[in-house]
Amino acid sequence: MMTFPLVLGLDTFGDHEHDAADHPLSHAQTIRNVVEEGVLAEQVGVDFFGIGEHHTDDFPMPAADVVLAAIAARTKRIHVGSAVTVLSSDDPVRVFQRFSTLNAISNGRAEVILGRGSSIDSFPLFGYDLADYEDLFEEKVNLFAELLKGGPVTWQGNLRPSLRNQDVVPYTEAGPFPAWIGVGGSPQSVVRAAHYGFSLMLAIIGGSPARFRPFSRLFLQALEKFGREPLPIGVHSPGHVAETDEKALEEFWPRWLQIITKMSKVRGFAIPTKESFMFEVGPQGALFIGSPETVAQKIAANLTTLGANRFDLKFGMPGLSPNSVTRNIELYGTKVIPRVRELLAESPRRDAPQIISTRI
Amino acid sequence: MSALVIPSTVRRIAVLGAGHVGPVIARLALDAGFDVAIAASGSPENLELITQVVMPGVEARWAADAVAAADLVVLAIPLHRFAALDPGLLAGKLVVDAMNYWAPADGVVPMFQGQQLSSSEIVQRRLSQSMVIKSLNQIAYQDLEDGRRPEASPDRHAIGVAGDDPRAAKLVAEVIDRFGYEGILLGSLSAGRVLQPGGPVFGAVLTRAEFERAIHTTAVQA
Repeated sequence: MMTFPLVLGLDTFGDHEHDAADHPLSHAQTIRNVVEEGVLAEQVGVDFFGIGEHHTDDFPMPAADVVLAAIAARTKRIHVGSAVTVLSSDDPVRVFQRFSTLNAISNGRAEVILGRGSSIDSFPLFGYDLADYEDLFEEKVNLFAELLKGGPVTWQGNLRPSLRNQDVVPYTEAGPFPAWIGVGGSPQSVVRAAHYGFSLMLAIIGGSPARFRPFSRLFLQALEKFGREPLPIGVHSPGHVAETDEKALEEFWPRWLQIITKMSKVRGFAIPTKESFMFEVGPQGALFIGSPETVAQKIAANLTTLGANRFDLKFGMPGLSPNSVTRNIELYGTKVIPRVRELLAESPRRDAPQIISTRI
Repeated sequence: MSALVIPSTVRRIAVLGAGHVGPVIARLALDAGFDVAIAASGSPENLELITQVVMPGVEARWAADAVAAADLVVLAIPLHRFAALDPGLLAGKLVVDAMNYWAPADGVVPMFQGQQLSSSEIVQRRLSQSMVIKSLNQIAYQDLEDGRRPEASPDRHAIGVAGDDPRAAKLVAEVIDRFGYEGILLGSLSAGRVLQPGGPVFGAVLTRAEFERAIHTTAVQA
């Protein structure tokens, strides 16, 4: 069985931060803070720093690739990528060009994760109809896969003008940069990722992570069916690390309640309770919140269960202070990551894809 | 044209839709001992790998075959695809509408936009030769499996069942019960609006008492 290196990363949506007096910072300051957070992530030993495209006041982060380029210019080792790029409302040629440029700036450290994310705000902004979401994504993923192959592109679709023997620059230096598809809960999306040869990023943001286990099997079997080699599987989940479980919960819960309450109005669902929050924090839930030991144990257990070789913690939450965000990044890099590597080295599981503890 | 037949008992369930929701409901039905088929818009071959791995024991079929053999059909397709569904496919059948309409999250679907009726009443109007019951739409798909509890469990969770035909609604409530939930009869299809996005129980995993309290509170406020 092919093995992939263990990758432990951080993701942000450019969560709008508040100062010590709980006043919101400007969007510009939040963006500058994200650059510093990316640089800090490298310093403390994080493997990947991802930024998810969003278009709202809570997450003022529509041009993630620009911010990633700033981080790339100030770092040497950390991989930088999207988490996710909302491909359906973007142009695949432009996405390829921007990330190929990022790949050049970073000396081959760029990655792209394509998906819907939780953001639907880009659709009205760019004049797309949400009802076309699936068709747009299917067609644009198809084109993106062609672009990644390199060389002149000839392509025809229904929702974007065709390309005929068209040169798309900049060329990559060493083959295609890593491309992933972020999947929520649809098995058809898993099969699509395998079909186009993209790696699989499981976005687990609610409910039991273990229920995604069949998706890992489905991905590997679909790759085999399509005559492809195995590809990496990653997990993206939200969380927060502080010195103790109590402190992490105390910092995170009010911010979480605030944003979920706001989201529940937009999405029409009932406001979650402290009880449902604590379930998500527990071993059966999708929130990775607590002391370094608590979070490391949960990451290691879920990577093993899911047969995944990568975990990206979505850190921050609108309203958290830069201090607690910074502390989260430091603890994740200096305490959580070494502990996860230690735990996974201790207990290799025969039924899960083998994970080797080297950095990318 | 098929005459409407409410079966005396449900043995075979067809799930239409293999996105986020369909496979979860298919597993619930399979675990509850039903004979389950699933269909999407295309050929069953496209679903074979998915059914084998994600819902072993469920049979992938053409939609027409799955529906024809079923005592109960669960409609779990994206709502914006509903207008393209041939009502004849479901004629004569007991149909559980598990779909939701919420324009701010999913975009505007003209057939459902600006209507006083609940989304399932609009579905019923279009499926005029079927018996539509609204259920399985209210708990998020990611919570549906973990939310199940055995029959005698004191913290058993509730799923609303809204329909105009008491016998059909009761039959669906019995199916919900076998799935591992308290099926709570709401009296009419239009009463099912409390189960919709923006309603008091949408997206919530509640016990029977909590569910009834939430609905009662709304009734008093209204």
